[in-house]
Amino acid sequence: MATESEQLESLVNRRYEHGFVTDIATDSLPPGLDENVVRAISARKNEPEWLLEWRLQAYRQWLEMDEPEWAHVHYPKIDYDAISYYSAPKSDEDRPKSLDEVDPKLLETYDKLGIPLHERARLAGVAVDAVFDSVSVTTTFKEKLSEAGVIFCSFSEAVQDHPDLVRKYLGSVVPRRDNFFAALNSAVFSDGSFVYIPKGVRCPMELSTYFRINAANTGQFERTLVVADEGSYVSYLEGCTAPMRDENQLHAAVVELVALDDAEIKYSTVQNWYPGDEQGRGGIYNFVTKRGDCRGANSKISWTQVETGSAITWKYPSCLLRGENSVGEFYSVAVTNNLQQADTGTKMIHIGRNTRSTIVSKGISAGRAQQSYRGLVRVMPQAAGARNHTQCDSLLIGKDCGAHTFPYMEIKHPSAKVEHEATTSKISANQLFYCRQRGISEEDAVNMIVNGFCKEVFKELPMEFAVEAQALLNVSLEGAVG
Amino acid sequence: MLEIKNLKARVAGNDILHGLSLAVNAGEVHAIMGPNGSGKSTLAQVIAGHEDYEVTHGSVTFKGQNLFDLEPEERAREGLFLGFQYPVEIPGVNNAYLLKTALNARRAHQGLDEIDAFEFLKTAREKMAALGMDPKFLNRGVNEGFSGGEKKRNEILQMAMLEPELAILDETDSGLDIDALKAVAQGVNALRSPDRAIVLVTHYQRLLDYIEPDFVHVLSEGRIARSGDKTLAHELEEKGYDWIREAANA
Repeated sequence: MATESEQLESLVNRRYEHGFVTDIATDSLPPGLDENVVRAISARKNEPEWLLEWRLQAYRQWLEMDEPEWAHVHYPKIDYDAISYYSAPKSDEDRPKSLDEVDPKLLETYDKLGIPLHERARLAGVAVDAVFDSVSVTTTFKEKLSEAGVIFCSFSEAVQDHPDLVRKYLGSVVPRRDNFFAALNSAVFSDGSFVYIPKGVRCPMELSTYFRINAANTGQFERTLVVADEGSYVSYLEGCTAPMRDENQLHAAVVELVALDDAEIKYSTVQNWYPGDEQGRGGIYNFVTKRGDCRGANSKISWTQVETGSAITWKYPSCLLRGENSVGEFYSVAVTNNLQQADTGTKMIHIGRNTRSTIVSKGISAGRAQQSYRGLVRVMPQAAGARNHTQCDSLLIGKDCGAHTFPYMEIKHPSAKVEHEATTSKISANQLFYCRQRGISEEDAVNMIVNGFCKEVFKELPMEFAVEAQALLNVSLEGAVG
Repeated sequence: MLEIKNLKARVAGNDILHGLSLAVNAGEVHAIMGPNGSGKSTLAQVIAGHEDYEVTHGSVTFKGQNLFDLEPEERAREGLFLGFQYPVEIPGVNNAYLLKTALNARRAHQGLDEIDAFEFLKTAREKMAALGMDPKFLNRGVNEGFSGGEKKRNEILQMAMLEPELAILDETDSGLDIDALKAVAQGVNALRSPDRAIVLVTHYQRLLDYIEPDFVHVLSEGRIARSGDKTLAHELEEKGYDWIREAANA
């Protein structure tokens, strides 16, 4: 199986390299970043003056910031002047004309993951109208949502159609100057999703980026804003399990969630960007800022993530627990194989009284991968009765990988109850031999042990997603043992 | 069923088996006894295919096939079962799940469909009742936090479910109280049939009070020093292993 996964990776890698040598289409901006580039992006999107101003301020703040170096990851210095900050979708001539032109190994992976036929074409970047299969689905579901008063559209559309909502909430959770990558995103964000759930509405379906119109090209600086008004509920799914290729190596997304009184947001992510080849070449750098604001009393924000992709992941989905009795949750499975690096975790900031948070982090390392859990639990002086439970488990496969845990706690109220549990375990040769003696292949045994390890997190995912995530983990760890 | 010819094997640089030969036919129960370090467990591990054990000489066939051509999981699917002396814990993996996966791997190899979930649970509960196991053990992690006796019963449960053609039980009796010993013996006896063979690896004669062997072999210094019927076990109980060693060296 090792050779199969090598072949797969070399294939993905080849496609990836190919992506770098595309001609710059007429509608793309030349590499480099200055105020004119920011203005040009805003102009192309026909944005109102206030948003241009907002971007420009972000750009000026970014200029004064330094790239963070505290994370436990290593990569060559990024040349920000070598990146093109606006590129139109690739022209059809550059793309495969049909699935026949796509490497069979990639298709095999889709097959293993059970990706529906009409989705495979989109994922593989095929230019034909195979994607149209999903249009009817999209239409029915758009009707259903608008009946409920739910707004779910691309960020650019929201700027045009719902400017007041965007203006009210944009940057209210992740300020422009929050960090280096958030500032960069604020200056040059390309597109993303916007969700608004009105008061008292329970969103009638899971919202998935999968079905969003124009989802195919959101670019490398994605911006997502989800607002749940009083007493509303929404479950949002981001990403998909199929390996996603992209020409852009640097991804710096920002996700902001706002939950008002009694509202609940459940945000689930499966991230599977190309991780690079076995030497670690060509993978995506995923530097993401995700934060939820439990602004109202009794509100709840729950992050669930399954991270298997990217060469480097730098990501800490966090909760600001402002409202009294508000609840923050973070459930995470992060898998790193070969030379992948991940520094991921969460921050729970307890501000309101009687706020509660739960952190369950499961890290799996194989190959020569390095993974760090970095978590902060901060209880502010006014947060009487705050409670946190953190559980942080690492599983190592093989002897060349590493797992590191950096838990930070800042407790400023004497009534706080904060618990931290951590374990590190290894899949032992004896466990594998035991399973094999029962007729179970080594690979199935690894999958069984890994899935058992992740069970607590998978059960937080929507049913269908959980099944996909399990299959994804199995594929991600193919060839990890032996 | 199983034919071992002049087998030599080593582990961690130490030669343990020095030319062992043994033939086990269907329908037979063999007991392999011997002092500590005589090579009993090495023999069991070599047959199961543990990679730490290196075969340096000889041959083993199982149902006519060269055993060394088969991976450990292939041997298992062909109907070879090893009851471990120290069953390993696999936290997080549900005991029922492992059992069902193992059973289905064997069934797939036999060209059978996967077992129906209800049928599986029904059979498992029946077998557990016979072994005096609480059905709750099905939903615990594999051997996770089990006592020594519970682990051994769990081995027997797996054997009962998998219905192997050749079962090798490595010191399954060690550390068991009398009730557990009886339950284990009952499980083994229930499996006895003209189509199957059982090899009991044991240090003590005690187990053989409950499972009557057709043949008893005494291992000494990596070879079979003496073979006989069940009376040999009693003789050993009386005279100790030194008697065999002296006889072998004489």
